[in-house]
Amino acid sequence: MRAEAGPDRPAARIPPIGDLYDKRIVFVTGKGGVGKTTVSLALGLAAAARGKRTIVCEVASQESASRVFGRGEIGFHETELRENLFAISIDPDHSMREYLELQLPVKAMSDLLYRSKIFSYLAAATPGLREMVTIGKIWELALDKRKAKGALPYDLVIVDAPATGHGIGLMQTPQNFAEIARVGPMAHQAGTINKAITNHRQAGAVIVALPEEMPVNESAQLEAELLDSVGIAIDGIFMNGLYPERFTDAELERIAELRQGDHPTAVLAALEAAGDEAGRARSQREQLARLRELTRTEVGVLPFIFEPTLGVEQLEQLAAEL
Amino acid sequence: MATLEEILEGKSICICAGSGGVGKTTTSAAIAAGMAARGKKVAVLTIDPARRLADSLGLPELGNTERQVDPVLFTEAGTDPGEGELWAMMLDAKATFDEVVREHAPDEETRDRILDNRIYQQISNALAGSQEYMAMEKLFEIHSDERYDLLVLDTPPSRNALDFLDAPRRLTQFIEGRSLQIFMKPTGLGMRVLGRGTSVVFSVLKRITGLDLIQDLSEFFNAMSGMVGGFQERAKRVNELLAAEESTFLVVCGPAGEPIGEAVYFHRKLAEADLPFGGVIVNKVHTAGRGETDPEADPSLRSDLEVLTGDADLAGRLADNFEDYRALADRDARNIAKLKREMRSKTVIEVPYLTDDVHDLRGLFTINGYLFGED
Repeated sequence: MRAEAGPDRPAARIPPIGDLYDKRIVFVTGKGGVGKTTVSLALGLAAAARGKRTIVCEVASQESASRVFGRGEIGFHETELRENLFAISIDPDHSMREYLELQLPVKAMSDLLYRSKIFSYLAAATPGLREMVTIGKIWELALDKRKAKGALPYDLVIVDAPATGHGIGLMQTPQNFAEIARVGPMAHQAGTINKAITNHRQAGAVIVALPEEMPVNESAQLEAELLDSVGIAIDGIFMNGLYPERFTDAELERIAELRQGDHPTAVLAALEAAGDEAGRARSQREQLARLRELTRTEVGVLPFIFEPTLGVEQLEQLAAEL
Repeated sequence: MATLEEILEGKSICICAGSGGVGKTTTSAAIAAGMAARGKKVAVLTIDPARRLADSLGLPELGNTERQVDPVLFTEAGTDPGEGELWAMMLDAKATFDEVVREHAPDEETRDRILDNRIYQQISNALAGSQEYMAMEKLFEIHSDERYDLLVLDTPPSRNALDFLDAPRRLTQFIEGRSLQIFMKPTGLGMRVLGRGTSVVFSVLKRITGLDLIQDLSEFFNAMSGMVGGFQERAKRVNELLAAEESTFLVVCGPAGEPIGEAVYFHRKLAEADLPFGGVIVNKVHTAGRGETDPEADPSLRSDLEVLTGDADLAGRLADNFEDYRALADRDARNIAKLKREMRSKTVIEVPYLTDDVHDLRGLFTINGYLFGED
């Protein structure tokens, strides 16, 4: 893990990663393509293994959980993947419908509203409404007393959040909404949700990075925005996909020498692959050092998984690292 | 299969599309630099450049207008661009939207009413599609100036290919407010709601959200009403430009199963929309050990390595490492073969996974070696 904070560096004011599993809501975010979904599911497995009743929420209809666990589409249903681990795909339309049903006493009325063309038009035009009902559903999942009929509470809600900009947008929605709408049940709720997600004991965010230039830069900016603009706690930064350092410098020198010789093609290819791996592992460690330099939170490391596709087995491997 | 240079021959617009994290920005910059090195005047419009990339192009303040990359950097990278020029800019969707409003607004008062309107701020800042729409808008504006031989557009990352193609249309429709005009009638002072059902919807929405939308919406549409024609006309011309012979779409993706699937999907959507498709660029391809026999099935490899190194432990690690690499290279080769079958005669260009991040012009030219098929 990270070296102690230097004198000129702000001290880590972030709780250790172990606390993450004691939260109620954890948002997993980062640049596009860094493995947010993989980390979300691995965290879910790790939490479930600790006996936490956990649900992983997808918010972009990607249906990755169903694919990895070899199931049919999950959709807007709390679906059990294995003991203590659930998944749901939250979309604004279903969230809106559920919200209307909870708000309006007469079902016929919520149906009428939901099907109304002008309503869907206005819902799309209303600043932040779609994000508001999405985060409202996330918050509802984490309530001790669930609002959805017959639903049981979860110990931990893990959100596979959208990439950087949109992820921040989602987390900031309650704050913004509470500011522009001062009255009404949703404004009231927005205030409650904002309090919940900025309560550092109840909620937090996890940033996923890759050991490359751009994801490292973006992770550092993301951390600053999450801490300073959103006001959410950061429970960890994970450098995903780190190659192992398999060879010592002395060995690499020997390998480089041997590559000059005349060998069977497979032998030569194996020597080349070693040089390649070493080069990448080195450049990745430079990026890891940069990330630690640029951020205030502890940076954890997840190994690169040398498998053609990621399945449950590989997720469990990662979960063990978490 | 046509080469990239052949694909771009006679084109004035090249749109790089694809999902996030596949190296689209770097590819766009490399294509632009490559064409500049071939004597063209090129501008690359990017969304989110790597800081170090922008720095090394000598463009610390990449903003909403184009800046020229110092030709000296080309010379330093060992290339003579001749007549060629490379320009770059970073798109600011909100600023571009504001510019469009300023340009189309009939007077200052209308302009300010729109810029201050809450609905407008929502649309220009956050409404899905505004970034895509504004990228098109800027592309169109720069293209109209006819200052460049080629414009390369690095599109915003989208999870769903449809978003990108649909967004401008959806946004224009929204601004037109056509569906709303069925329910509301503009009056001298504001808007009158038509029909009892509609007023119920408004009052319920107001009760739930606490927002008086009628006020904001009527303001917005009143202010925009004089500009709708301009927007429509513009959107039509943008669409014509994208579908024209002088444009080409390149899909950028990674070699894993999911990105390859997305590339196939994107290609199909482009074909359905009758948009000109140039080819696919697959980034970060693992090539080490490709085509070699499985070391497990080739027991002599381990013993050969052991004999060679005189170190059983090192030989074991060399073989394990090779096996891991070969598995990835095989996966990538399988995915790319599948992609090529889907693309039939269309170009598929592979760029290997390079050890170092690209952070200067020289790095871009390294990539160009693969993109343009040079030695």
